[in-house]
Amino acid sequence: MQDVIVIEAGRRERNYWLDLWRYRELFRVLAWRDLSVRYKQTVIGVLWALIRPVLTMVVFTIIFGQIARLPSDGTAPYPLMVLAGILPWTFFSTGLSEASNSLINNANLISKVYFPRLIVPTATVVVALVDFLISFSILVLMMAWYQFLPGWQILVLPVFVLLAFFASIGPALWITALNVKYRDFRYVIPFIVQFGLYVSPVGFSSSVVPEQWRLLYSLNPMVGVIDGFRWCILGGQSGLYAPGLAVSIGVTAFFLWFGIRRFRAMEKSFADLI
Amino acid sequence: MPDAVITVENLSKSYLLGHRTGDHTLRDVIGREARNFTRKAIDVFRGRQVVQGDEVEEFWALKNVSLQVKKGEVLGIIGRNGAGKSTLLKILTRITEPTEGQVVLRGRVASLLEVGTGFHPELTGRENIFLNGAILGMTQREIRKKFDNIVTFADVEKFLDTPVKHYSSGMYVRLAFAVAAHLEPEILIIDEVLAVGDAEFQKKCLGKMDEVSRREGRTVLFVSHNMGVITSLCPSVIWLDRGSIREHGATRPIIGKYLAHKIPSLDPVVQLDCISRPHYLQDDRLRLGSLEWLSGLPLRHGEPIKARIHFKTRASVANVTIGIGFSTFEGRRLLTYETDFQDGFRPSIPRPGVHSVDITIDSLPLAPDLYDLDVGCRSGENHPLDYIPSAINLEVIPGPNTPGNIVGKDAAVYLACKWEWKCEV
Repeated sequence: MQDVIVIEAGRRERNYWLDLWRYRELFRVLAWRDLSVRYKQTVIGVLWALIRPVLTMVVFTIIFGQIARLPSDGTAPYPLMVLAGILPWTFFSTGLSEASNSLINNANLISKVYFPRLIVPTATVVVALVDFLISFSILVLMMAWYQFLPGWQILVLPVFVLLAFFASIGPALWITALNVKYRDFRYVIPFIVQFGLYVSPVGFSSSVVPEQWRLLYSLNPMVGVIDGFRWCILGGQSGLYAPGLAVSIGVTAFFLWFGIRRFRAMEKSFADLI
Repeated sequence: MPDAVITVENLSKSYLLGHRTGDHTLRDVIGREARNFTRKAIDVFRGRQVVQGDEVEEFWALKNVSLQVKKGEVLGIIGRNGAGKSTLLKILTRITEPTEGQVVLRGRVASLLEVGTGFHPELTGRENIFLNGAILGMTQREIRKKFDNIVTFADVEKFLDTPVKHYSSGMYVRLAFAVAAHLEPEILIIDEVLAVGDAEFQKKCLGKMDEVSRREGRTVLFVSHNMGVITSLCPSVIWLDRGSIREHGATRPIIGKYLAHKIPSLDPVVQLDCISRPHYLQDDRLRLGSLEWLSGLPLRHGEPIKARIHFKTRASVANVTIGIGFSTFEGRRLLTYETDFQDGFRPSIPRPGVHSVDITIDSLPLAPDLYDLDVGCRSGENHPLDYIPSAINLEVIPGPNTPGNIVGKDAAVYLACKWEWKCEV
């Protein structure tokens, strides 16, 4: 039997999640497109995904480890600890910036074809995830170099990857929706990313933060994610600060809920505004 | 009606428009800006639509449109720019939601609004077929099944593994149309796609559409400014006027009334930037802004014409050609003037800016009648930058040297030339 489509004001709201499921193939194809286009017309191609974290690691190790002489987590080598922070941070920041511009970059699609708009920013974060997986190989090499064996905690790592995914998609949804109407927000993102690199424990361990401030510090959702990564990768060397993690998860969940809500509220007018 | 494939009931769509009131004193301006800023800030925070300007007006792009289309029917939609055609199609394709009313569609809808939508210039022809197919709503298995047919129809076998950025615009459109034409939807919506491509390919597309509707019993909605194509394809039409259906019925009488209704413009400045463009334009580096009749209106046969075309560039554009054309209301081009015609000179404009070009016609050869004015711009031989078919309707009236006996005759062009008599007595 042929399908019957009813169009009326507010109708889309009710079938929202069902529609999203129906368009899962488009989601796959868009993610595939972004991936295959990403390194076209570049000379070293996928090596970009490796060079960035390696150089950042070198610089941060010299500045924070050698010059500032900050302590590492337990006996873990400083470069390894920095890298365990850079990987989730790069995943978060690329995901956030790419997803925030995703609707504008796909303006011709949005003004001409119908599909659940949520697909576009989510597919972009998947691309950031693939970049993350590629750069993860550096970590494996580094651990082999330092002959550092992870503990059982490494099995929990996927949970924190998921947390990083949610932490970037939540605010990204809100910003990308605002970006459709006010292009001001495309200038906000580089600022957040640059600022965030220094207020998140990327180049240093969050154990340098005084005890009484740590709960407040965890309001930054990336604190929980990065601490979690270090706990998984460096094993017992980095203690997990449970109340802080709970706060970070709470903030991430709030932004995710808020992002989806705002996105859905504005979604209807995208085609008229973009 | 049980066999109605499309049922539209009391469909309306409104947009909010902002207006600016006059500035009087600095205090007024500051006070107003402060009020607007507060209003916008609150709107942003609440996630409401924000409107620029001081007073907000509601504009109904569609008002109480009701319509039923039967299975296998081919319905033409005609109307002036801004009559609501695009809004109606956008609602039917679910791109935008209606404000009021309801539409029931029985079957899959595909629209050629989106010819080439989502084509990625860096991807190859093969990859783009899969990408575009998925965007149009085909499953990967369906595309694989129809892949060979699509490639044959588009005639691009040799370039399948070339990135589409190296395609000519003709190849690009052919490939895009081929994907869309093989979607096999129950309802096909076509909006002005046939204005590009060579004559042979246009014929092929029209043939495909005819096949789709007649042999396979699919429903087609067809929007065009070309009355000739509408008459040959659609047994019935609706005429949209200012957001409502003005007439609905057999094609010929309605097109007759529609053409008679066209009023020639007497405005010395034609604003081009607010007129919607054909959907196939991919390049937005150059936009035509306005056309100014320096020698005034109405145009007179046999008299000189001076006009200025203002345009804007957003990025560097090479080898620019700008042209104007006069067409009959049926969409048949009678006369074209292009900047590169005589000397082949095509300037390159290296950076964004505001520019203009003046055109001088020594003597207008068009016979007194009503015409559509088309304005367009391309880069190189045939890369379209901007194109506005039937931007306005114009009347050409007899000039001082026009012989009275040519008015109302069939010929569209009356040119002066040199004659030499040799009469032997």
